[in-house]
Amino acid sequence: MKSLLTGLWVALATSSAAFADDMKLAVTTSFQNSGLADVLLPAIKEDTGIDVQLLVVGTGQALRLSEAGDVDAILVHSRTAEEAFVAAGYGTHRREIMYNDFVFIGPDTDPADIKAADTASVALAKIADAKSPFVSRGDDSGTHKAELKLWAAADLTPAGNWYRKVGAGMGATLNIASGMPAYVISDRASWLNFGNKDGLALLFAGDPVLFNQYAFLPVNPAKHPHVKADLAQTLEDWLTSGTAKALIDGYEINGETLFTFNAE
Amino acid sequence: MSDLWEGIGQALWLLVTLDADLVEITLRSLRVTLTALVIACAIALPIGAFLAVRRFRARRFTIALLNALMGLPPVVVGLIVYVLLSRSGPFGVMGLIFTPTAMIIAQVVIIVPLISSIAHQALRELWSDYHDLLISLNTTQRQRMAALLWDGRRALLTAALAGFGRAIGEVGAIMIVGGNIDHHTRVLTTAIALETGKGDFAMALGLGFVLILLAIAVNLAIHIIGRTEQEGRW
Repeated sequence: MKSLLTGLWVALATSSAAFADDMKLAVTTSFQNSGLADVLLPAIKEDTGIDVQLLVVGTGQALRLSEAGDVDAILVHSRTAEEAFVAAGYGTHRREIMYNDFVFIGPDTDPADIKAADTASVALAKIADAKSPFVSRGDDSGTHKAELKLWAAADLTPAGNWYRKVGAGMGATLNIASGMPAYVISDRASWLNFGNKDGLALLFAGDPVLFNQYAFLPVNPAKHPHVKADLAQTLEDWLTSGTAKALIDGYEINGETLFTFNAE
Repeated sequence: MSDLWEGIGQALWLLVTLDADLVEITLRSLRVTLTALVIACAIALPIGAFLAVRRFRARRFTIALLNALMGLPPVVVGLIVYVLLSRSGPFGVMGLIFTPTAMIIAQVVIIVPLISSIAHQALRELWSDYHDLLISLNTTQRQRMAALLWDGRRALLTAALAGFGRAIGEVGAIMIVGGNIDHHTRVLTTAIALETGKGDFAMALGLGFVLILLAIAVNLAIHIIGRTEQEGRW
């Protein structure tokens, strides 16, 4: 009995072998929920030997984790916050990798009739006028920041019973919107890969202000000497390479392209 | 409702095909929680026995504190452990953040008050029976604690199983300190949270059923190894 237990213990202890070349990358929920991570990570492992360990968090938390030096690099989408991050010396630089766009999701009956809107501001004004339920991420993520910017651009201050801040990730927020049902702003990739679309539909997209740029920021080794700056550099080189371009541009769900590569 | 049936089907399918990812995260769940349980028992059981045999000034306060800490919100424990282990925290140089070790530490903190409170309750009853005998034998305090712990082992098993149950089903703390990294710190509960976020309820439920089965299997195994609930024993 004892030897059996010891054997089991050894099997358990060795079940997670350590890799020599591993680095931690904090990414936004959209990168993971879109399924792109499952395509890129094995290719990165094969080409560079780097085992990228993903921490899937909102942009706000990703920035906090890298300020504390708990990750080696981040891949996020909130330009203003990123530039402040580099200016404060936490990151060495900001490298644009790819983009997609934000889309308006809502009940397929479209009670506020935003399908008829021609700009994002008009769509938001219609929702606010109709006081249709609207779910906000409310978690200081890149999508949340983009949403707040859109409200500000429309000269509106959303408040009241219809505006619901849930403080959750993109997937959880879409689940809540599906249950209510309510309007919500999502990045296109998360929406396309979302599995619980009951009662929801893509209602508005295409306004240039809905552009959503993703950028790669390595943590500054001058602030945190332990970060794996060389691995982060290798990863950046790979992410901006032709291989990455082919994989990112070629990633489709139901015939729709999710991301467009635009690194220089 | 259809999600529920799909979830059961998904769980069966994962189990029948011995899905490699499932086996990996299940073993990791077991490894993290069983390690945390062993460490927590080594700390909590002596505390329970000590509180039963020894009278001291702050005893009542200590017991009340342990009872209150039984309800410690895991997400708060997670945050505190994160701040301590973070690279910019006091123990940052050890590089433990986002490792299984950090998850074990958080789980130990969560279940030590629970196990020691239940252990203390059980051993207090036993102590009232043993009190006169052990005093008259002129035993040392260490011997008294050892006698209580050994003779109360079956009641203490319940305390340990309660700790196991709380730890294996915990998600708030290990999500913060472990980070839910694939092939590194992903366990059953954080995988369930992830699949829910993707809107894949069937997969999330399937993993949930696997978690429930695992808890039942571990409890049964411990009872069989400990030979409790058999004829001629209590």
